[in-house]
Amino acid sequence: MPSSAMRQFIGQHLTEMVSTLVAVALAIFFTLRSPNFFTSDNALVLSQFIAPFAIFALAEVPILILGEIDLSVGQMYIAAPFFVTYWNKAGIPVLPSIVLALLVCCALGFINGLVTIRLRVASFIATLGMAFVLRGVILIYSNGAPTNPIGSGALVQILGGWPWSEAFWGLGIAALLHVMLRKTAFGLHIVAVGGNTESARESGIRVDYVKIWCFVLCALLGGLIGILDGYHLGSLDPATDGLTFMFYGVTSAVIGGTALTGGRGTMVGACIGACVLGMIKNGFLILGTSSFALDLVTGLTILFAMILNVQIERATSMRGPRGSFGRAVSLVFSNFDPRRKGGVRS
Amino acid sequence: MMPNGGTNGPDGVEDVLRTEQISLNFGPLAALRNVNLHLQRGEVLGLVGNNGAGKSTLVKILTGLYRPDGGRIYLEGKEVRFRSVQDARQHGIETVFQDLALVDELSVYHNLFLNRECTRGGWFRFLSNRAMRAAASRFLDDIGVDIPSVDTPVAKLSGGQRQAIAVARAVRQENIKILLLDEPLAAMGAKETSLIIGLIDSLSKKANISIVVIDHNYTHLFEICDRINVIQHGQVTVNKSLGEITLEELIEFMVQSFRREVAPGDAK
Repeated sequence: MPSSAMRQFIGQHLTEMVSTLVAVALAIFFTLRSPNFFTSDNALVLSQFIAPFAIFALAEVPILILGEIDLSVGQMYIAAPFFVTYWNKAGIPVLPSIVLALLVCCALGFINGLVTIRLRVASFIATLGMAFVLRGVILIYSNGAPTNPIGSGALVQILGGWPWSEAFWGLGIAALLHVMLRKTAFGLHIVAVGGNTESARESGIRVDYVKIWCFVLCALLGGLIGILDGYHLGSLDPATDGLTFMFYGVTSAVIGGTALTGGRGTMVGACIGACVLGMIKNGFLILGTSSFALDLVTGLTILFAMILNVQIERATSMRGPRGSFGRAVSLVFSNFDPRRKGGVRS
Repeated sequence: MMPNGGTNGPDGVEDVLRTEQISLNFGPLAALRNVNLHLQRGEVLGLVGNNGAGKSTLVKILTGLYRPDGGRIYLEGKEVRFRSVQDARQHGIETVFQDLALVDELSVYHNLFLNRECTRGGWFRFLSNRAMRAAASRFLDDIGVDIPSVDTPVAKLSGGQRQAIAVARAVRQENIKILLLDEPLAAMGAKETSLIIGLIDSLSKKANISIVVIDHNYTHLFEICDRINVIQHGQVTVNKSLGEITLEELIEFMVQSFRREVAPGDAK
């Protein structure tokens, strides 16, 4: 039997642990099926799949904890490198252009927040509108023609040019955001607002301020990963569908245990979710699955992981398990239930 | 009533809080109409009224959550305008809300310190969890609140324990002058009720803190209050100290007024 502290830890992080198990199972499966999966060459390719998913997921986690969603983050990703080329063509050097582009993303995130909070438009609609507006602006500006990102040398190598660079950015951002969410007063306020907005307000937390800053942070990270990926891929296509990237991020976060209803989520979980999603994409490509079948398999795997997570959440919540699958899961996991009597003793 | 906002109440004792002509409308609905209320140092004032009479609204104005449309609030003789909950707290007004304002997902000690966290690292505000945990544990022991562990998520606690945590959070503050309790005894067991009543008693007698209590249980109110105000349709209609009214008279008055509301003309 695990000790009580350990049991409480497991109980609070069940979904993350299950996702980790899914990730390990996937790794074993692909390793058994193909000799090309568990290799150092593929580790690099895998990291390039996972890192963008992870950064999108990390950007969404605080927003999702608040019970909101940002659908425009994928379009920030498309737009940011175009902003860089725009400022650069206007005569501004590359590095200041990049900083300026990121500041513009922050401003757009701020607008997302204001429309959601002050004008009381649901974030789903507010950010969807923003996504289409951005898409339109970039298509008009570029006339639909792909272009190349501007810049060269060490700066480009650091900002996505070096093959491992995105992985390091991903790890760095994950570490920073983890500390922000778990170790700072701001992070505590995010969880409080997401858990119970009215209570947070009555406790004197500036709810609007917390929410708006999370939208700004999300947009900033969307722009950053856009610039990284631009230098990584070496070309910018204005017609790329940003919504798909955004959904990969949200899916990664949710696979990693973030609740779409708010109040719960971790950065570590988001990274694990991105690993699961990245491995599915990369693994089935290695196995030679056709791109049509790949979407099918991805969809099924996401569904499976999500059903498992939701049922575990229900099984261990105070509301008790629902349905036959939920009861079966609760039988298996009831030992780790932190809220059950006898589960935790101080 | 004194129109000039002076610091002395009718019987010459210093008023720590008084409101003059406080009113608030929600759209066409007048929630509060010219409420005059005063509170002396160390006094326990009971607010009585039917549901929707405006008791909780008044509390939310005094705590900085709502801003009144009209009227003035004087704190120790000086006019104040609360811009936020934080602002009211800085003036020494603490509140236990009807919904307790707890966040289920957070631990007991994070709830106790919510928005008043111990932090270090300046602008970054890193949480000093160890300090908060120890302080929370010590404080709850001191006032006799019994919970399994301060690490427990609040969701796991019983209704009475949650209420005790919410009250503990309010009275933990050192600069507290006025405590507002919106139905602090609802849903509590006998043990917790006596704990809270004992706490209210010692706060008002020893620490000289002024307390406003909303409660539907008039027996409890008569146990802890010095004075009772009845609020009806957004106005204070009765203001009597305990010597001037008995429990039976209050109940009879409330029942009569309730009858008049439900079936006008029927009441004798």
